[in-house]
Amino acid sequence: MIPALFFYLFAGICVASAVMVVASRNPVHSVLFLILAFVNAAGLFVLMGAEFLAMILVVVYVGAVAVLFLFVVMMLDVDFAELRRGFDNYMPIGALIGVVLLVELLMVVGAWVIGSGLPRTAVAPIPTGVTNAQALGLVLYTRYVYFFQAAGLVLLVSMLGAIVLTLRHKPGVKRQSIPDQLMRRKEAIITLVDVKPGQGL
Amino acid sequence: MAELWTNYLWPLLLIVIHSFALLAVLLIVIAYILYADRKIWAAVQIRRGPNVVGPWGLLQSFADMMKFALKEPIIPDGANKGLFILAPIVTCVLGLSAWAVIPVAEGWAVADINVGILYIFAISSLGVYGIIMAGWASNSKYAFLSSLRSAAQMVSYEVSIGFVIITVLLCVGSLNLTAIVKAQDGPYGLLGWYWLPLFPMFIIFFVSALAETNRPPFDLVEAESELVAGYMVEYGSTPYVLFMLGEYVAITTMCALTTILFLGGWLSPIPFAPFTWVPGVIWFTLKVVFVFFMFALVKAFVPRYRYDQLMRLGWKVFLPISLVMVVIVAGVLQYTGLAAK
Repeated sequence: MIPALFFYLFAGICVASAVMVVASRNPVHSVLFLILAFVNAAGLFVLMGAEFLAMILVVVYVGAVAVLFLFVVMMLDVDFAELRRGFDNYMPIGALIGVVLLVELLMVVGAWVIGSGLPRTAVAPIPTGVTNAQALGLVLYTRYVYFFQAAGLVLLVSMLGAIVLTLRHKPGVKRQSIPDQLMRRKEAIITLVDVKPGQGL
Repeated sequence: MAELWTNYLWPLLLIVIHSFALLAVLLIVIAYILYADRKIWAAVQIRRGPNVVGPWGLLQSFADMMKFALKEPIIPDGANKGLFILAPIVTCVLGLSAWAVIPVAEGWAVADINVGILYIFAISSLGVYGIIMAGWASNSKYAFLSSLRSAAQMVSYEVSIGFVIITVLLCVGSLNLTAIVKAQDGPYGLLGWYWLPLFPMFIIFFVSALAETNRPPFDLVEAESELVAGYMVEYGSTPYVLFMLGEYVAITTMCALTTILFLGGWLSPIPFAPFTWVPGVIWFTLKVVFVFFMFALVKAFVPRYRYDQLMRLGWKVFLPISLVMVVIVAGVLQYTGLAAK
């Protein structure tokens, strides 16, 4: 009874905040509602016993990705009248995509009957008696190691791409060289002069 | 009905009682940690520090809190009211909720969950929202710029903290905080705790914890001699106290985390009879206070970092070192057969 209660609580808030992401007028509020949706999705993961995924969802999506969203949205001065102008042109395409998604969802949910033997037919059997993190590691680093490494490579390439696109060394800008500074010794830069009184240098 | 009571209501009641007991102790400890912070700082500078309210100034923190609570909260005209009020609450509540999983003695955790360390990491990565929301909702460019600065700092040092935690987890083989402490239990006492075998990581964690909690020398957020109060410049009275409280709760959490990861949690430093009789919670508290003493000394001794040096330290020094250490530790564990089964 209690898990069901929490399921409806999390699911309800999740759906409601997802609606508010689209519906709220202020983009910053939208992002904050998106964060609320993420956190509630993490709650749903915990209910399913996937606490490792739940925490990773919070760390990665809420703690890192949504922070970037928030930065961008806060710094951009979004003009809504400007955005709304093209609304009528894009409306048919948007509606079409929405309908396709809806039909697909209905087909999936309509045909969704969980067979009693389904967990056993999975590619990698769900191990019992180990924690979440261990169970994930056991399949991720054995059966799916190439996919895992490939996903890592994709991320690496995109990171390098972002750096290459934005890194510019302007000529004529003075930069501090930390190794040079650390290598400075007082013998090289200070000369002690014995000044006679009344003579000056 | 009886089933409902034994299965749900009684555990719920127990959790509520545990939480309130922990919160009460924690808040009193934080009041005295604030006092200790000022006293230690004063002692280093050969001043007397707070010494008027109560004997030796012991009631200073409470007097300060009363002063703030009795003031009028002012919300700026152009501020986004909801977020302006929400930001300090978020900071404070997130800070306090991290303590739900911290074991202060064997079995003394409100929730001893499997992914405890990950939970704390997730909660502390959410702490940045209080700052961003406060800076944006204040509708002031100074507060906003400061919140950008502070958020960048927190995000940068979280990365190296994550890698340090991973090296410890490699040695332990579990994400559970109780298991992390138990893995350090051995015949050598304090020499077997992870601060010694993982010494460079201990230092990196300590410095990153300073940066993560915006303590001096990394207090670029408020830097009271150069800037105003940073992202909380528009705040006063109770909302400001909530920010201060959130900050000090985060500091205590980091001290507790250092204790658990590197200083053996509630274990006795000398592993034989008269010392092992001392209850674990006392050892834990002593260690947390010791780590906080180090935090306070750093505040008193070290001059403030420049912002670009702060970023350089995080991204170009700590990140590569901790990344290499993860590889080294994993390799050593794998090839010496010491890896946790």
